[in-house]
Amino acid sequence: MTLLSPVWTALLYLASAVCFILALKGLNSPRTARQGNLVGAFGAVIAVVAVFLSVHLENIPWIVGAIAVGSAVAAPVARRVKMTQMPQLVALFNGVGGGAAALVALLELTHSEDGWVRVAVVFTLLVGAVSFAGSAITFAKLQELMTTRPVVFPGLPIVMTLVLLAAVGTGAGVVLSGSQALAVGLMLLGLVAGVLLVLPVGGADVPIVISLLNAFTGLAVAASGLVLGNVLLVVAGTLVGASGTILTRAMAAAMGRSVAGILFGAFKGGSTAGSTAVSERPVRSSSAEDVAVLLGYAQRVIIVPGYGLAVAQGQHTAAELAEALEERGVDVDFAIHPVAGRMPGHMNVLLAEANVPYESLKEMGEINSEFKTADVALVVGANDVVNPAAKTTAGSPIYGMPILEVSQARQVVFLKRSMRPGFAGIENDLMYEPQTTLLFGDAKDSLTKVLGAVKGL
Amino acid sequence: MDGISLLTITVLAVFVGFEVVSKVSSTLHTPLMSGANAIHGIILVGAIIVAGQAHEPLVLAVALLAVVLATANLVGGFVVTDRMLEMFRGRKRTVSADKQREDAR
Repeated sequence: MTLLSPVWTALLYLASAVCFILALKGLNSPRTARQGNLVGAFGAVIAVVAVFLSVHLENIPWIVGAIAVGSAVAAPVARRVKMTQMPQLVALFNGVGGGAAALVALLELTHSEDGWVRVAVVFTLLVGAVSFAGSAITFAKLQELMTTRPVVFPGLPIVMTLVLLAAVGTGAGVVLSGSQALAVGLMLLGLVAGVLLVLPVGGADVPIVISLLNAFTGLAVAASGLVLGNVLLVVAGTLVGASGTILTRAMAAAMGRSVAGILFGAFKGGSTAGSTAVSERPVRSSSAEDVAVLLGYAQRVIIVPGYGLAVAQGQHTAAELAEALEERGVDVDFAIHPVAGRMPGHMNVLLAEANVPYESLKEMGEINSEFKTADVALVVGANDVVNPAAKTTAGSPIYGMPILEVSQARQVVFLKRSMRPGFAGIENDLMYEPQTTLLFGDAKDSLTKVLGAVKGL
Repeated sequence: MDGISLLTITVLAVFVGFEVVSKVSSTLHTPLMSGANAIHGIILVGAIIVAGQAHEPLVLAVALLAVVLATANLVGGFVVTDRMLEMFRGRKRTVSADKQREDAR
């Protein structure tokens, strides 16, 4: 029995699609972002209610049970996850979405007689499986269940080509025969392709791949909408596919890389694979008290937070230090590199969590011209995003990435755990410059000591 | 719905998708990615339809797995995005943060 006429269903789907567009639109500005997200969630609720009321469904208790299980698993995890671990959670949610799309297409194959619909089935199966497996690998990399460095083996491009050729062949077989066995084979090939696609990507490029896989899942969902003849899935999936593509390009641009370069760079050996060698060159290290004096008697301090700050859970201490300095009349800003942290904008989230006012968070383009007026640039747990090698060393893996121009500040203070190079594994010449001081130790401990010393001035 | 209408809708959706995120500041890239991620969880609608048409136990089992995965994507995606955005508050301070500062003094 269905309660809704097709017209009402279409109207509800339209309302839901509008909600999704408003959600993405709302996410453009910090003021409207949260409402935007809620509007999106509301749109999803409308769509789910509409499908229950408009389609003749069997097994309803089972379906409701499955929805309850999915919510019961996902909601608490999403509530409790540490903000530093959020990128891998997003990767995980993205992967399961891709997997769901692939399974839907697999089951719908038996109902598709039309050749073009079968093409959409093949697309969904393949792309959904790639997204699922690729996201699983990115999750493992970010969770450090496996190495974060690129994994490359000889012959990888050949294997990848063979897998893709096999996938095209199998896909053609599925379109012609409608065989579900072949479809399962195609899905397995998709899983292998997803693993091979992400394995060679390493270091700071992993978040860009999450965004790319996010767009992939969107496209898979759109294609599944074509299979089911469901307009809402087509619209929502296409929206995500398109916006995800733009977002991926924006992220890659922020790092001075191309998306193709990230995906295929490691095949040629020119990726962000670096060394973990510890340099023997002399540096100037100093005590927390000295750093406190530098900061406390400065007029303008720019703090450059990096992922090291986040892993040490030192955001709150950094915020307190900024506040203590402001009370002394020091002008303090936070300079946020677009890829500080593990995802673009990740550092903003972490600092916002620590109650740093949004106005103090300055983007790279805005703050770079101000470093020359700064007395001290305090670099906390960041390395690659301030590495001048990105501008000067043509062979460097990060060459071309825009950096924060901390070297123009009168004094540069690095809070670092050790002399080990950063995520990308490249040495930073800035640390050996005469204007640079290093304070070794865990970012949070160091900040706590500096904070104590500033308060004692 | 016929093919041409679907194609029209798809092409228009591509443009809306491009347009709607083209001017986002990098500050909001992470929440935006996460929000878009939640939206494709709407594959739940497809999973429900497929599960509602299942007659064989195996088909039902696979379809229900798809429902669970899609729900995780949808619910988890919106919740985690909300958590991120909860933190963009501007210059207001929370009671707990003020208390932490008191304790620190």
